Amino acid sequence: MSVSERTGRSRHAGRAAIGAVAYAVTVFLLLPTLVIMPMSVGPERYLRFPPNGFSLRWYAEYFGDADWINATLFSLEIGVVTTLTATVVGTMLALALVRGRLPGKGLVELLVVGPVIVPHIALAVAMFLVFEQLRLTGTLLGFAMAHTILALPFVVFTVLAALYRFDADLERAALSCGAGPIRTFRHVTLPLIAPGVVSAALFAFIISFDEAVVSFFISNLDRKTLPRKMFEDIDYNVSPTLAAVATMLTLLTIAALVGSHLIKSRLDRRTRTAGS
Amino acid sequence: MSARPARWLLGGRHYSEVASLALAAPFLILAFVTFILPLGSLLHESLFLPTPTLAHYERALTEPVYLRVMLRTLRIAALVTILTLLLAWPLAWLMARSGGLKLAILVASVLLPLWTSVLVRTYAWMVLLQKNGVINQFLIGAGITGEPLRLLYTEGAVVLAMSHVLLPFMVLPIFSALRGIPDDYSRAAQMLGASEWATFREVIFPLSLPGVTSGCLMVFLLALGFFVTPALIGGPQQMMIATLVSQQVREMLDWSFAGALVGVLLAFVLLIAILFKRAVRLDRFVGSA
Amino acid sequence: MSQSAAVSGRSVGIDIEGLVKRFGTVKAVDGVSLAVEPGEFLALLGPSGSGKTTILMAIAGFEYPDEGRIRVGGEDVTWVPPSRRNLGMVFQKYTLFPHMSVLENIAFPLKMRGVNRAEREERARAALATVRLDGYGERKPSQLSGGQQQRVAIARAIVYKPRVLLMDEPLSALDKNLREEMQIETKHLQREIGVTVVFVTHDQTEALTMADRVAVLDQGRLQQIGSPHDLYEAPRTAFVAGFIGETNFCEGRARGAAAAGQRIGVTLDGGHAVEATAVEATVEGASVKIAIRPERLSVADPASGIAARVEEAIYAGNATTLLLTLPSGQPIRLRVPAGGAHASPTVGEMVGLSWRAEDARAFGDVA
Repeated sequence: MSVSERTGRSRHAGRAAIGAVAYAVTVFLLLPTLVIMPMSVGPERYLRFPPNGFSLRWYAEYFGDADWINATLFSLEIGVVTTLTATVVGTMLALALVRGRLPGKGLVELLVVGPVIVPHIALAVAMFLVFEQLRLTGTLLGFAMAHTILALPFVVFTVLAALYRFDADLERAALSCGAGPIRTFRHVTLPLIAPGVVSAALFAFIISFDEAVVSFFISNLDRKTLPRKMFEDIDYNVSPTLAAVATMLTLLTIAALVGSHLIKSRLDRRTRTAGS
Repeated sequence: MSARPARWLLGGRHYSEVASLALAAPFLILAFVTFILPLGSLLHESLFLPTPTLAHYERALTEPVYLRVMLRTLRIAALVTILTLLLAWPLAWLMARSGGLKLAILVASVLLPLWTSVLVRTYAWMVLLQKNGVINQFLIGAGITGEPLRLLYTEGAVVLAMSHVLLPFMVLPIFSALRGIPDDYSRAAQMLGASEWATFREVIFPLSLPGVTSGCLMVFLLALGFFVTPALIGGPQQMMIATLVSQQVREMLDWSFAGALVGVLLAFVLLIAILFKRAVRLDRFVGSA
Repeated sequence: MSQSAAVSGRSVGIDIEGLVKRFGTVKAVDGVSLAVEPGEFLALLGPSGSGKTTILMAIAGFEYPDEGRIRVGGEDVTWVPPSRRNLGMVFQKYTLFPHMSVLENIAFPLKMRGVNRAEREERARAALATVRLDGYGERKPSQLSGGQQQRVAIARAIVYKPRVLLMDEPLSALDKNLREEMQIETKHLQREIGVTVVFVTHDQTEALTMADRVAVLDQGRLQQIGSPHDLYEAPRTAFVAGFIGETNFCEGRARGAAAAGQRIGVTLDGGHAVEATAVEATVEGASVKIAIRPERLSVADPASGIAARVEEAIYAGNATTLLLTLPSGQPIRLRVPAGGAHASPTVGEMVGLSWRAEDARAFGDVA
């Protein structure tokens, strides 16, 4: 074997090895969630892999159970409210940070990043303390507030990114055409940062819908979110209904990812700037 | 129109200070009610109730039971960080060298777990690791063991499951850093006589360090305060700070002590975050040197 | 015959008084006063950092001055928000709204002024015709070339008949040939419509080609304002002499005192005694800088003037550019028409350099 052949081989061997590990990691990442899916359609009381039959009874159990349905509806309610609030408040803040003159800007930025750095257990327990006193546990208002502050940093980051990419001269052009600051935002800025805002809204919804830690603490006996209900079920009995719920949630996540990608590329195409 | 209006009304290219404050006000109010007030109250409880005291903190930091919990948490967080780093680096490397459909699939396989609920992922691991779960079924079926192994409710299970959950947070920063390295660097190194391994060791790996540091910090910090996975997969023998806090609040109703635990956790997190900021700055100097 | 909306009679002048603008500790604009005549095409010319863009932004309303006033058509607009100044503006990167069609872009200012849809469309199409882009109304900006986008930007800026049109280096993003074409077109358009134009550029050829008057700025101060001819033939500072056209500079000391416009004797560093015209009052012994255009120099045999060594002779058909070096090491550049006595010297040859005193301008070396 020549020197070049030898080094060539070891080079390829090295690369192949890393590649193999990488693919193994990919399988590791996807395996658990993908294993659940076939198991949720097994007819047996306990989960088998591979399932020895096909049955949708666990899905039927879910839809027939008031506890599950109520929890789901509550989570949806909270999700919608959180999305609206977080998107509006977050976009307003992003505008103030980028285009405005905010006194104490550094402090505000710390407050935005706070909920990301502080562990959720700390926030959950702290909010539980205050919400109990304010009688906000188990309420739509309480949950919406909690979830909004958790989702806000991501909304702000996303909208900030969109605003930085956005050419400030376009706003100046609009101003010079006679549009005041509010009309400039409505006719020029907003349409062009729309993909970012939509992304942010989607993030906010997913964060709220899947939020488990805070929900664990500020749920009530009769008003709990879907994650809280799941938590209880996992603790007490590992019923296959859970597998059905888990599967549905995973499918929803896939739909959300694909949907957001499609919406974004559509919006991006419509507002593509000259020369890009 | 000839008098100069008060500074605080000035608009023009930027929104005026008044407008900026108005835009930021809803956030500030919300942040106060859901962030500052609650954390402040909790810390207040830990320091001032029933009388101004440091006793709760003393208890948290000196009593052996609780000390063990802290150390266990640190140990698990460190193990998770190391494991995710070892798993993430090859994947990030492969992603950085891929394009088109291959890259899209790899990215999707990282994003899907990231956006799936933590509960769903943790539950999936429970199903896999149960006594009559998938892994045990496989092991028995393949004749490797005769009896189902006790996989769940062990420290190993917690580390494994947490690594799975936090893996995307390690992959993405490293991928981003590797992606940012121009191909020309390795070409230049090879023209100068460096072997493939030397190029990797001297050029590629150091340049990926900012991503590695970022990822490690993020995973470590998240692992420290993690609640869901330890609560479900860990048994009472694997208590971590988060599950301890939960127990103190819900079962013991000892708010002050829970507050102290949270205080300690926060102090730790803030310390690491500050060190991180400095590390990032140092990293830049090393990179350009 | 063009469909232009003639606005002659509507154009107004601009008065800038004592404009000062600071960014931190730096004075971007340091006490600039100038007046723009109604209907004139004024260029603000200068290197980057000269303050020219800041002045334009102040006129537009995107910067508020720290001191000074700006009047448009006699009205004090210093503190009026930009959306209410009713000026037209064309930006360097065209800045067309990418999510609107060409027609929607042009109609946008009319929409902001409450004009109804039918009339908006009609006037927008008329403006589009003025810039000779009929039929492009339905396209998106990304489907147009750079030059076409620039024309749409101009159409958008004039459709509502503003009193003044501001242009911020609008042609610098275009390639050379297109730029020259657009320079002429813009100038024609301005004359057709009769609007007052303030045009910012760092390219002196562009300024000299297009403008009625040019204001030369350096480091926030106004150096000189005048017609292209005045600036070229009679620069009032060394900076203007060097910035506009090609100039040779020689340094030396004044042999005697002189008043502005008078002859002055100068001893060059290197010893030669020469004559020049003083630009300002100069005292004996003051250090001066002499500026001479390349076409005003002549060469003859070495005895007849300053002895200079020929470094390069660049033949260009109708003329030859000679690069000489003075004994002091000073490089000199001049042009000799074809067929002249010393039209093709050899490299290394010594020649005698001379000029007429009226053609050499002596500036005091003021800090």
